[in-house]
Amino acid sequence: MSKFTKKKDSGLPAVNTASLPDIVFMLLFFFMTVTVMKDNTLKVRNDLPNASETKKLEKKDRVIYIYVGAPESQYQSKFGKEARIQLNDKFSSPSDVGGYILEERAKKSQDLQNVLTVALKVDKEANMGLISDIKHELRKVNALKVNYTTYDGDAFNNLQ
Amino acid sequence: MARRGAPAEVNAGSMADIAFLLLIFFLVTTTIETDAGLDRMLPPIEPPTEKPPIIKEKNIFTVNINRNGQLLVEEEITDIRKLREKAIAFLDNGGAPSGSLDYCSYCKGKRLGDSSDSPAKAIISLKNDRETKYSTYITVQNELVGAYNDLRNREAQRLYGRDFTSMEADYLDPETDSNVKDDLKEKVKRIQELFPQKLSEAETDTTN
Repeated sequence: MSKFTKKKDSGLPAVNTASLPDIVFMLLFFFMTVTVMKDNTLKVRNDLPNASETKKLEKKDRVIYIYVGAPESQYQSKFGKEARIQLNDKFSSPSDVGGYILEERAKKSQDLQNVLTVALKVDKEANMGLISDIKHELRKVNALKVNYTTYDGDAFNNLQ
Repeated sequence: MARRGAPAEVNAGSMADIAFLLLIFFLVTTTIETDAGLDRMLPPIEPPTEKPPIIKEKNIFTVNINRNGQLLVEEEITDIRKLREKAIAFLDNGGAPSGSLDYCSYCKGKRLGDSSDSPAKAIISLKNDRETKYSTYITVQNELVGAYNDLRNREAQRLYGRDFTSMEADYLDPETDSNVKDDLKEKVKRIQELFPQKLSEAETDTTN
C-alpha cells in the first residue's frame, strides 16, 4: 500500500531551464549573423525625400555610399550651414568624390568592380548644383550606376 | 596532489546570463534595413570629337525645373501632378505612319504628327537649375520613371498578365529561383525594349 501513497505531490515541479542557454544562443547567433555594424556616423542631416517608383538596393557589398546634407549643429560653426558631402567620416568637396570612388572600388573584389552602384543619400534640402557636381565627378571615373536613395512614400510629399 | 578523482564540474549557471548579455548587445546594434531608391544610369562622358546624333525636335520631351521648383514642360508651365500624364501621352504617341519603319503597333496614344514617332525614338530631356531643390528633382524623376513604369505595366499585363514592376522586382531578388529568373529575364527584356528608358540629363544651367 505504501507503494501508492509514497508519491505525494508537493506543489508544482520547477520548470527545467537547462535548455534556456541553447535557445538564447540560437537567438544570439541569428542576430550576430544578420547584424550590419553601422560603419560610419552621419555628420550631416539626412532626411531623404520620398518616392514611389523605387527599387530595392540588394547586395550591400556592391554599394558605395555618398551622403549629402547640411552639417549637424555641432559642426555648423566649422563647416557652415550649406549642404556638404560626407565621404566615410569626413566632410569633402566634390573634387574628392572621384578619388573616393576609385579607392572604394579598388577595395572590392575583382568580379564586383564592374557592377558597383553608388547610392546617393541626399538630404531633401540640398541643392541640385552640388548633386550635379557629384554626378559629373562620377561620370569622370565611370561610376555610372547611381541610386538616389529615398524613403517609400508619395513623391508629392516632397513639395511641401 | 592531495585529491585525485573526477574534476570539479564548472558551474554553467551563468552561461545564460552571458549569452543574454551578448544577445541584447546584438539586438541593439542590429539594423535590418534594405535601402530603396530610384536607379539611374549616368551617361558616359562622350569623347569630344564625336558629333552628337541628330534628333528630331518632336522626339524630344523637354522638362525644365527652375530654382523655385516650377516646371516648364514642352515650353509650357505645368503642374508637377500633370507631368506623368503628359509624359505618358508623349511616350505612347506613336506618330509614325503605319507601314513606316518606326511604326508602333502597341501604342495607344493619339498618333499626333508633332509628337514622338515611337517609344524607341522618344527621348525625355531633363534640365534643372543649380539651385533647384533636391526634393523637387526627385519628385520629377519619380514621375518620369513612373510614366515609363505605367506604360511597361500596361504592356506586361497585355502580354504576360502581370505587372512589369513586380516581374522586375522578382528578377532582381537574389532569392528567386534561377530557372524562374531565366524566364523572367526574357520577359523583362522584351518589355524594356518596347519602352526603352531614354532619359537624358543636360548639364545644369548656371545662367537662368
